[in-house]
Amino acid sequence: MAAAAVGRGPGSGPGDSPEGPEAEAPERRRKAHGMLKLYYGLSEVEAAGRPAGPDPLDPIDLNGAHFDPEVYLDKLRRECPLAQLMDSETDMVRQIRALDSDMQTLVYENYNKFISATDTIRKMKNDFRKMEDEMDRLATNMAVITDFSARISATLQDRHERITKLAGVHALLRKLQFLFELPSRLTKCVELGAYGQAVRYQGRARAVLQQYQHLPSFRAIQDDCQVITARLAQQLRQRFREGGSGAPEQAECVELLLALGEPAEELCEEFLAHGRGRLEEELRSLEAELGPSPPAPDVLEFTDRGGSGFVGVLCQVAAAYQELFAAQGPAGAEKLAAFARELGSRYFALVERRLAQEQGGSDNSLLVRALDRFHRRLRAPGALLAAAGLAEAATGIVERVARERLGQHLQALQSAFLGCLTDVRQALAAPRVAGKEGPGLAELLANVASSTLSHIKASLASVHLFTAKEVSFSNKPYFRGEFCSQGVRESLIVGFIRSMCQTAQNFCDSPGEKGGATPPALLLLLSRLCLDYETATISYILTLTDEQFLVQDQSPVTPVSTLCAEARETARRLLTHYVKVQGLVISQMLRKSVETRDWLSTLEPRNVRAVMKRVVEDTTAIDVQVGLLYEEGVRKAQSSDSSKRTFSVYSSSRQQGRYAPSYTPSAPMDTNLLSNIQKLFSERIDVFSPVEFNKVSVLTGIIKISLKTLLECVRLRTFGRFGLQQVQVDCHFLQLYLWRFVADEELVHLLLDEVVASAALRCPDPVPMEPSVVEVICERG
Amino acid sequence: MEDDAPVIYGLEFQARALTPQTAETDAIRFLVGTQSLKYDNQIHVIDFDDENNIINKNVLLHQAGEIWNISASPADKGVLATCYNKTADGKVVTCAAGVEDASGAGAGRGHESPETQRALHTPGAALSPGPPSAHGSTACVAWEPAGDGKRVISLADNHILLWDLQEGSSQAVLAGSASLEGKGQLKFTTGRWSPHHNCTQAATANDTAVRGWDTRTMSQIYCIESAHGQLVRDLDFNPNKQYYLASCGDDCRVKFWDTRNVTEPVKTLEEHSHWVWSVRYNHSHDQLVLTGSSDGRVVLSNMASISSEPFGHLVDDDDLSDQEERRPEEKSQEPPQDSVIATYEEHEDSVYAVDWSSADPWLFASLSYDGRLVINRVPRALKYHILL
Repeated sequence: MAAAAVGRGPGSGPGDSPEGPEAEAPERRRKAHGMLKLYYGLSEVEAAGRPAGPDPLDPIDLNGAHFDPEVYLDKLRRECPLAQLMDSETDMVRQIRALDSDMQTLVYENYNKFISATDTIRKMKNDFRKMEDEMDRLATNMAVITDFSARISATLQDRHERITKLAGVHALLRKLQFLFELPSRLTKCVELGAYGQAVRYQGRARAVLQQYQHLPSFRAIQDDCQVITARLAQQLRQRFREGGSGAPEQAECVELLLALGEPAEELCEEFLAHGRGRLEEELRSLEAELGPSPPAPDVLEFTDRGGSGFVGVLCQVAAAYQELFAAQGPAGAEKLAAFARELGSRYFALVERRLAQEQGGSDNSLLVRALDRFHRRLRAPGALLAAAGLAEAATGIVERVARERLGQHLQALQSAFLGCLTDVRQALAAPRVAGKEGPGLAELLANVASSTLSHIKASLASVHLFTAKEVSFSNKPYFRGEFCSQGVRESLIVGFIRSMCQTAQNFCDSPGEKGGATPPALLLLLSRLCLDYETATISYILTLTDEQFLVQDQSPVTPVSTLCAEARETARRLLTHYVKVQGLVISQMLRKSVETRDWLSTLEPRNVRAVMKRVVEDTTAIDVQVGLLYEEGVRKAQSSDSSKRTFSVYSSSRQQGRYAPSYTPSAPMDTNLLSNIQKLFSERIDVFSPVEFNKVSVLTGIIKISLKTLLECVRLRTFGRFGLQQVQVDCHFLQLYLWRFVADEELVHLLLDEVVASAALRCPDPVPMEPSVVEVICERG
Repeated sequence: MEDDAPVIYGLEFQARALTPQTAETDAIRFLVGTQSLKYDNQIHVIDFDDENNIINKNVLLHQAGEIWNISASPADKGVLATCYNKTADGKVVTCAAGVEDASGAGAGRGHESPETQRALHTPGAALSPGPPSAHGSTACVAWEPAGDGKRVISLADNHILLWDLQEGSSQAVLAGSASLEGKGQLKFTTGRWSPHHNCTQAATANDTAVRGWDTRTMSQIYCIESAHGQLVRDLDFNPNKQYYLASCGDDCRVKFWDTRNVTEPVKTLEEHSHWVWSVRYNHSHDQLVLTGSSDGRVVLSNMASISSEPFGHLVDDDDLSDQEERRPEEKSQEPPQDSVIATYEEHEDSVYAVDWSSADPWLFASLSYDGRLVINRVPRALKYHILL
């Protein structure tokens, strides 16, 4: 571009006239360049960024259209120092030289091309002259041909017209012949049973006959045709009514009748009536299968039969109806919907009856498959007859069945749990065969837990079938939401856990009145079970449920923590009850032993009474029993000593400080004062306090109850001297053996001290036994 | 609140027997019998001065033996009955006797002795005639509640004996008896005489059963088998609802029964952590039920749902007339709440007896084995709630 500008620059001065048109060309080129740039993605910004480009009106732009040498020179002279002027001068000279040599090269190159072009033009001139002659010849020949052709067509003109007329007559005659033959043809068709053909003929002729009926001959034909058509219609109707020949033929009949112009209203009634007949037959056969005495086929077969029979026919009827009576408009559709609704509801009633029979069964997969078929089958008519609401009704049935099924699973789970408990009771009650230990408590617990868990899992698995992907109704909103959250999670799983807790709690409430009809071991076992549920099983089951049934429903669900709290509470109540029951057993023993003895006239103690040994034995047994299921628990640190040491503490210093003074017949106040002061420093003992989940706490509870009973019983009696001594011996014996079971042995001390102190108070002649003698007797016994 | 603070009185001996002086309706007076094997036993007559919160005591000697049960005549302030132990020949026999005393200054009979300690005036009629083997140990004596103080039942082992007292209670004539037959050694533990039905009914407890008796024919009229899981310790009749009965026992429970339907208790309370030894209805406001237990606690409960008082009284409502109309529905809508009003923990030993004052319906006493008698009041807020 610089070349063009500079090349023009010296040739044309400023203000030259031819500048106008020439100046536009570079403009246009530039515009085209702009387009190209745009095309090749060189952005305008880039172009604008260049310092030289943008302003074509700049008079000092060397390449610009409005370049003014004077202004440029002025500017240079004014603005630039000498060195730069010199530079630009040399630069300019160099550029001019380069441009000159470029021009020369261009001229040399193009010279040869001009010469060869001149040669070519000369050759072409010769060739064209030859061609002109041949074209002239062609034109004369063509003129001759045209002349001949005109002559031939003039000769043939006459014949052509005659042929055309003849052809017209022929067609008319054929039509007339068809009309005259029509009655006989129709008769023949009717006889042959080609009703379709007949109707087609009739249809073709009808309009013509209608038009020309004023001519007597046509009139006769028309009359004949009408008679035959009437007969035809009658025959068709007959055939239609007889039915039995399948829906397609029926549909054909109706179609033909419609083509014959029979009233559609009436036909559609008849069509539906006929369809009803067939459907009712299907229903009857289904009902017969239901039967009062059911050698009923399995439910899958039943729904299959229903699906292929009833639903199939219904589909056919509906489809045919819609095809045939489409012209009837909404009234016709309404009629069909009502028809389908009525029959559909009867079908549903039958299905429900059948499904109700199935409710007792346990095979969920069969049921789900049956429901799936049932539901799937009904989708076709459902789509066909949206107004009849068949699909919705079917979904409703499926939902109901699913709900009932959940209920049944819950019941089954409950009864399985009860069954487990009965087994446990039997195992516990079974007499131990000598040398052959029955199953241990831990084993029984594991059995109950695992069988319950496996039942739950089985239930979940079988309920899960309802939501399987391949089952057609699993994507209904009910099955995606409510069924999972409210149904499975809440009513089945949570419901079961709740009912389990309830069942367990019932053991605490009722039988306690009747003196412990529930074996205590069962209470212990249930308590441990509930505790296990609290710690692990509940969250496991619920997680499992949530995973299997991706709960999408937003309705609130019972949180794990609530259930756990319930289970824990149940476990606590059971364990407390266990403590009460066992405490009661030992209490009764102690009470009987205190109440039935004549303490005034008893002999000097030689032995520990057998009942105390029994108490220790039973306590040990309980300890073992609880130890099977519960952890040890924490004791107070002080109790880690041997029994020997505690014994010495108990018998010497304690005894001296504690109730020895009360035997001295000083003022009666002393006794009270002492025991009161003693009490000030000891905490109040809560006898039936709630227990913790460990062995020590349980046994502490039992021992507390027993000893408190002993205390109360002792207070109701009066003791002789030896009676008191016997109590002393007994208490010491208990002290020797019971401390190891409790959390805080101080407690046993306190209670036993109080027993002995009370016995001393209830003795008119309190002479305590020497501690050493007590010791000897206890060690011997 | 100063007025609500408990008043404590200490006895020197162990004690189990407590009764209000039933015939006294002006002064707040309780009788306490002590238990001591070594010393002479006493009956403390404790007067409580409500105005000044002061206790005045009178001590009567009861030389016959330690007192297991005490009950005051409903008609004569000067007459009371005790059940006591006698130790003789190495045997303990529990006897019962009606005795006269002269505690009240205004009683008109008895001595005006200045000493605080004096002997009982006259030993009254012995209620266990004949050799002890005939009837065994007497557990309890109950007076006819509304009569003239002339009829008494006593419970001895498995016999229930009805006595007529004559000549100023100095003689007793056996008027009727019945006995319990059955397996094992049946033994009555306690009994009460019902104030209803013209005083023709009494109830007794033995082991876990509660039995009702018709005192005219001395025959059993109802029986609550296994009323409690364990031994029944005490009974009381609702003073205002004729078929209602409260019982308590070793299963730590208090149960309320309708004697017309004895299969199920009407209500069960389980507030104590050990045996409940005593249960008492308030004489005027039978929703207030007092229980004492060997866990050392006394519990005052509000059994509004089974009380005779219309529940409307317990509802805060400004418009009374409006409330009258609404009451039927209201009752069905929100049944009154039963609740524990207060738990009193002033005792440090087992509480064997509690009772309401016969003079002031808002005042009650409780007695623990260590000889501590505590007099308490119903919280004032509740009192006004009931009254207003």
